[in-house]
Amino acid sequence: MELTAFIIKAIIILVIFGLTLLIAMYSTYGERKVAGFIQDRLGPDRAGPWGLLQPLADAGKMFFKEDFIPAQANKWLFIAGPCLAMLTALMASAVIPFGSTLRYDGIEVAVQGVEANIGILYIFGVVSLGVYGIMVGGWASNNKFSLLGAIRAASQNISYEVAMGLSIVAILMMSESLSVGSIVAQQHGGNWNIWYQPLGFIIFLTCAFAECNRTPFDLPECETELVGGYHTEYSSMKLGFYLFAEYINMFISSAVVSALYFGGYNYPGMDWVYTQLTAAFGDIAGHNVATLLGTAVFFGKALFGVFFFMWVRWTLPRFRYDQLMNLGWKGLIPLAILNILITGIGVLFIQPSLTAFLK
Amino acid sequence: MLTDFGILLLFILAGLGLLGLILGIGRLLRPDRPNPEKNATYESGEEPVGNANVQFNVRFYVVALLFVLFEIELIFLFPWAVVFGNEDLIQQTDGRWGWFALAEMTVFVGMLILGLAYAWVKGYLDWVRPKPAIPATESPVPAALYEAINKKYESKTVNKT
Repeated sequence: MELTAFIIKAIIILVIFGLTLLIAMYSTYGERKVAGFIQDRLGPDRAGPWGLLQPLADAGKMFFKEDFIPAQANKWLFIAGPCLAMLTALMASAVIPFGSTLRYDGIEVAVQGVEANIGILYIFGVVSLGVYGIMVGGWASNNKFSLLGAIRAASQNISYEVAMGLSIVAILMMSESLSVGSIVAQQHGGNWNIWYQPLGFIIFLTCAFAECNRTPFDLPECETELVGGYHTEYSSMKLGFYLFAEYINMFISSAVVSALYFGGYNYPGMDWVYTQLTAAFGDIAGHNVATLLGTAVFFGKALFGVFFFMWVRWTLPRFRYDQLMNLGWKGLIPLAILNILITGIGVLFIQPSLTAFLK
Repeated sequence: MLTDFGILLLFILAGLGLLGLILGIGRLLRPDRPNPEKNATYESGEEPVGNANVQFNVRFYVVALLFVLFEIELIFLFPWAVVFGNEDLIQQTDGRWGWFALAEMTVFVGMLILGLAYAWVKGYLDWVRPKPAIPATESPVPAALYEAINKKYESKTVNKT
């Protein structure tokens, strides 16, 4: 039993890693195609049909490129930087619930790496650790551009983290649980948190953009001022790690947004589908098919989120640094505190009176 | 049976293994022919002067200090948010629990707001705004001539686009 449980978990971990890496790879392809569509051109179309093999060609190039470490750089920290960025990006996917449960041979297995009871706190912590990867790499390069990029990244991430945490607190007040699995389970059917937390959603989304260093908040790698920003000195696979970490972070934050605000694997009419499926395929198979359908819905939401990231990147210009700081400290944090107060009053006063009224 | 955090540790170990594997394969495949030019620090083609531990704007430190303050308050908010709307506790206290918790947290969040307002009023949140200077050029051609040409061809460029 020990061994089977271990093997099941190992398989789940490998599948989650594989899926995240695959999605990150094809996000790079998607990014170029979306950019091409928005700018009225084709995007990659040479490698394979519709350029579908382009990510593989890029990965091959990353492996075969020469990798040099600047003579002035701190060698170990220079290697540790991109590894940290990639590791933190990969770790966050552990607690995301991709679906409800699969039944097999009398065992019920959740489609989730780990059902941790403090999942949301874990995600919050790991996302904050992500800034170390950029900070360490940028400092260790011993390049002025890299250092400035790293400092900007650190300053921006910590500023937006506060507002992000405050918008998560508003969600927790409604759900009374720190586990992502139970937060998603509470949004059964179409009862999504977005209907109760529109302001919190906008704050969270903005902070997610800032945490991923995506346009309009991509000042750490602002090429007009800082050449390449924190990864100016990087080449080969280490540069690949930084770029990959960015795309994985995009996917993770879209997944978290869809889990916290868009009901994760829940969709309107899921109970009707569930009864139809169990009637058609029997209890166990029907349950499994319904779960897989929910997982597909979850991935649909998350991938739409990734598309939204790209859409915004190719539509909006970049902020100036003082605008960024003003938005974070003077705009989002007061709004997030207001959101907490509104949620508190809503939970205590409006919700009981509404339920009494509907009865 | 592994605990939840044991599995998380497994996750981290697997991630480290993956990173090591990728870097190891890359090391076997790629060429390695360093020379002083390649290993020089990139500074847009200039010879770099000194090392990169330069002075930078002190406001980054102020932001970091403010962050520590707010983050600690935030961590205290997390456990409160979980027990705040707890129906058992509300029923046991005839509904007073929620109002008590909300009032207590209003005081706590009020201090947070006070801190933010202090930093705001003191100007710690004001970033240095760039002051773009329009470069003044002395040209023998008077500016009015350029204006006239722009006006003359204005209609044509509009038609083209």
